[in-house]
Amino acid sequence: MTPRPRRARALRSAVAGLIALAGLTGVAGVAAQSPAATPAAPDASFSAERITLQTHDSFALTPDVLAGFQAQTGVAVDILTGGDAGSMVNQAILAGDRPLGDVLYGVDNTFLSRALAAGIFEPYRPAALGDVPADLQLDPEGRVTPIDFGDVCVNTDLSAFGGDGQPPLPQTLLDLTKPEYKGMLVVEDPGTSSPGLAFLLATIAEFGEGDTVNPAYGISWQEFWTALRANDVFVASDWSDAYYARFSGGANEGDHPMVVSYASSPVAEVVFADPRPATPPTGVLLDGCFRQIEFAAVLAGTQHPAEAQAFVDFLLSPAVQADIPLNMFVSPALSTAQVPADYAAFNSVPSAPLSLDPALIDANREAWIEAWTQLVLR
Amino acid sequence: MDAARPALSRRAALLLALPPGVFLAVFFAWPVASIVARGLFPAGGFDAGAVLAVWTRPATLDVILFTVALALGATALTLIVGLPAAWVFARFRFPGKSVARALVTVPFVLPTIVVGSAFLALLGPRSPVNALLVAVGGPDAPQVRLDGSTTAIVLASIFYNIAVVIRLVGGLWAHLDPRAEEAARMLGASPWRAFRETTWPLLRPAVLSATSIVLLFTLTSFGVVLLLGAPGQATLEVEIYRQTAVLLDLGAAAALSVLQLVGVFVLLLAHARAQERLAVEQRLRPTADVERTPTTRREKAAVGAILGGLAVLLGLPLLVLVERSFAGSRGYSFAAYQALVEQPRRAGLFVPPAEAIGNSLAFAFATLLIAGSLGLCAALVVGYRRGWLPQTFDALVMLPLGTSAVTVGFGFLIALDSPPLDLRTSVLIIPLAHSLVALPFVVRAVAPVIRSIDPRLREAAAVLGAPPRRSWREIDGPIVARAALVGAMFAFAVSLGEFGATLFIARPDRPTLPIAIYRLLGLPGATNFAQAMALSTVLLILTAVAVLFIERLRGVGPSPF
Repeated sequence: MTPRPRRARALRSAVAGLIALAGLTGVAGVAAQSPAATPAAPDASFSAERITLQTHDSFALTPDVLAGFQAQTGVAVDILTGGDAGSMVNQAILAGDRPLGDVLYGVDNTFLSRALAAGIFEPYRPAALGDVPADLQLDPEGRVTPIDFGDVCVNTDLSAFGGDGQPPLPQTLLDLTKPEYKGMLVVEDPGTSSPGLAFLLATIAEFGEGDTVNPAYGISWQEFWTALRANDVFVASDWSDAYYARFSGGANEGDHPMVVSYASSPVAEVVFADPRPATPPTGVLLDGCFRQIEFAAVLAGTQHPAEAQAFVDFLLSPAVQADIPLNMFVSPALSTAQVPADYAAFNSVPSAPLSLDPALIDANREAWIEAWTQLVLR
Repeated sequence: MDAARPALSRRAALLLALPPGVFLAVFFAWPVASIVARGLFPAGGFDAGAVLAVWTRPATLDVILFTVALALGATALTLIVGLPAAWVFARFRFPGKSVARALVTVPFVLPTIVVGSAFLALLGPRSPVNALLVAVGGPDAPQVRLDGSTTAIVLASIFYNIAVVIRLVGGLWAHLDPRAEEAARMLGASPWRAFRETTWPLLRPAVLSATSIVLLFTLTSFGVVLLLGAPGQATLEVEIYRQTAVLLDLGAAAALSVLQLVGVFVLLLAHARAQERLAVEQRLRPTADVERTPTTRREKAAVGAILGGLAVLLGLPLLVLVERSFAGSRGYSFAAYQALVEQPRRAGLFVPPAEAIGNSLAFAFATLLIAGSLGLCAALVVGYRRGWLPQTFDALVMLPLGTSAVTVGFGFLIALDSPPLDLRTSVLIIPLAHSLVALPFVVRAVAPVIRSIDPRLREAAAVLGAPPRRSWREIDGPIVARAALVGAMFAFAVSLGEFGATLFIARPDRPTLPIAIYRLLGLPGATNFAQAMALSTVLLILTAVAVLFIERLRGVGPSPF
């Protein structure tokens, strides 16, 4: 009964649509490739035509800036991503002496010790290391180069504090256990989320345990979390869920006015808003921030060590360092880097960021997460 | 039926089993065996004590109980909601049916974070439902709380999986001769009894197929649990992910993986045996003869109620998502879409949408080709042959769907690392991983239909002098082709929406639509959120169009089957 021609017509139009779509993407592909194809004076000292950068899913640079590496060296860069930082580092460790790439970017201080112990990096010290603050340089053997750092801090919805009938903004981590902040905080599960783990580490560094309990507070990190639980802390599985679905700041969906995020998040709340507000709608609790440092390194077993070293240099170059803040929302490691005005204006830098020895983190990660899970979730 | 010569000789079956068999051996069995062996034999020796220690942890038992309970509950509810919907789609003609059928498939491809946020918008703390409750009952009125409840996980599972029930069960139901049921009614049987005694026995294989897929999907569900569940309620899948990707405790991960593999395989063997036992050969009818417009008032009411229910359950969250893509602080606008096209330089993790669409379509086409052809081979073997060997093969083909994605992904890393198979950095790895997940859908869409074909038709053709090849082409061919299209449609959709399996594979940076959406949601800011919703809307439309297109292909074949 169904008339054939109608179907044939539908089929034709569908095919035409798909062809048009394919054409569109083809054009886009060509357009996307053109900047990288800009010829420059390639450095003759490099023999490889391309190298592979192994990194996490959050890696981002302005395409023109990234293309600068090929312009300078004549070496093209293929990017290989593999989930978040932890997953990516573990993949590099599993690949062992048959590395997936030539150079790795994105291992942070919470996974550093494990990567170093696995021996997956070759020592390399870029010349620019002299302009990187010493407290960012965590490997005395020079196997990893600090590229950027950021602080994981509690963010606040400024519209929920300081007004009529509203509590004042909290000033310390310990404040979060007070009754006036009951049911206000969202944290991420440290078992599945990197900022979640960083915040747990912040509390361990701040409060201590056993003999190392901070006398300023007199409670262990475990007691702190027990108090947070009693104060109805909400645990989200990952950052996106915590921030977009549970947090009330900015234009978000949730009803919790405090969330564990980054010190740079208010920058994004300004930059990625239309219209742009004069000041961020969210603030940062500058007490109890955990500092995450991200490193790059030459992968052991690479066939192209010279090119890989050149890429580490490139990541520490002024152009890339200035491009990092508004792409990945972390601060450049190079102290002389030109920080974009928006980032400088709205980013907060804690005066005393917390940190822990990477070896200590690696030795205790599983036990700490397990203890936390028992305290907060069970 | 024993008198009938099997439509597929043993030799032909072996030849057909070879391509999917080799594919599974290389891209599934070998990687999984490698990573599990690495975990079980850490220093060359097998440490039985360590494995036992993992199995006997109280936490392990909790995880398994929760995983199984969740999967059973979600599957049962999906069937309860999905079967009436499958009935409506199989039996009745109504305006906009093909679009509605395409739309029920859409939830299947949407990223979990997007679905989660749509659910929260509908039922979360600031939702209109709760606002209404407060308006009516005052500030102390009871509130709908989705946060971390098992209800939320189950709701989301139904939302995701109902398409499987509607398509796989409806696919067979639409060909079942309605006259037997009508005759039973005429003889005075109640509608329920008429259904139970005439249609149900014929439908069981398809119901079982859909059940197996939904069960595997929920057993290994990852995103939904992480997003909507309370984090304390880890499933086996989440636990294997944690042990592998976060802690790199390959020993514990391997011990859990073995548990998962064995459990799922036993389940699948039982499923394959039941499939064979329940298969009923019958005259399949063209859909055009089966579907009709609802006539009685009761029928109209039932069809209306079921379609209305579907519209609320599936339509509302989708509408919310689309609404979000247009909403901004200055009212409704195309701003988010404009921003996607204009590509503002400062957008950090920005992926040009044309590039993401192109990548997604390319991978989906490749998956359709790989999983479609391999799945068809496997389905012919499983559908036409009987006995323990085809049953085992059936279970093996389904196994990847019930295996942790992180196990397969990390397995790729250590198994496929030497030429000629150093695929670790090849772009091929993405459609190959998608195909592992898509293959079971193709097999489950085709095999039950093949088993339902009445061999007497073929015998009659042989008596009339048709050579076997011709009788296959005339009788089985059109039916198989049609079922294969449903499978192909799922393969395409699986690839368009797949995120989990590729998440754990080191892969060349070819962002697909779901990955582009996750990147946007990885940074704070209202415009990022709006653009993520806009891209989700694009994904939604793309899927609906692709499904409609694949369905139209049906009309091109030699017979209107």
